[in-house]
Amino acid sequence: MSKPEGGRRILDVTLRAQSDAVREVLGLARPVLAQGGLSEESCGRAEIVLAEALNNIVEHAYCDTATGDIRLLLDLSEAHLTMTLIDSGRGLTGADLPEGCCPCLGETRQSTPEGGFGWFLIRSLSEGIDFCRRDGRNRLTLRLARETGDDADQTRG
Amino acid sequence: MDLVSHHSGDVNVITVNEPRIDASAAIRFKDAMRGLTASGPSRVILDLAQVRFIDSSGLGAIVASMKQLPTGHRLELAALTPDVDKVFRLTRMDTIFAIHASTEMALRRAAG
Repeated sequence: MSKPEGGRRILDVTLRAQSDAVREVLGLARPVLAQGGLSEESCGRAEIVLAEALNNIVEHAYCDTATGDIRLLLDLSEAHLTMTLIDSGRGLTGADLPEGCCPCLGETRQSTPEGGFGWFLIRSLSEGIDFCRRDGRNRLTLRLARETGDDADQTRG
Repeated sequence: MDLVSHHSGDVNVITVNEPRIDASAAIRFKDAMRGLTASGPSRVILDLAQVRFIDSSGLGAIVASMKQLPTGHRLELAALTPDVDKVFRLTRMDTIFAIHASTEMALRRAAG
């Protein structure tokens, strides 16, 4: 599997498409990201994006059947973290990816939304998103800036 | 899902003794919250100091916990760690819940 230009691969792992396995892999990825030199703030952004992307594959590509695998690649360059997720689940096209608008918060307690935030979080925290279907596999690539202005915010806070 | 409730005066303080509220824990969290909030004080404070990470399923479970409260009861949040705070701010859920720096500060503030 080719690496993004100038990047070094810091993780290549395959997990079962199941929510407990997602939790386990996130627990594995976080210290790898920190050792790669990412700040706490960047590790947090990466973990949120990764959790949402993996959960989407578990729930939608494999329809919660836990019958398939997901391969996760993490590549780090000077400016970016690139996360690549490959699955053999239900086929999507790039046009199928939700726009990820922030759900309207509703005017009453009962109308407050309980879902629909996953793609909003992915799109809010990613700098670039690429999707392709090839050889019966979905391949989602998420690029995050290594650092953002939020780092300074967090230091101040 | 390890949630502990104790009543402090007229407040139900629920402490989440878990590092994550995520897709694999969301339903258990919501069910546990229902059991701890079906009766008791009308002011409920959820102490999230030990929760390091939340995803959109966990966020949805907290919203569902708020919606399943008896009429007139309300849910407030305390001690959000940085990644949890980020999810609440990005989704603007910080405008839906009263959020306190800590449970101690929430208790010092009179209900109202």
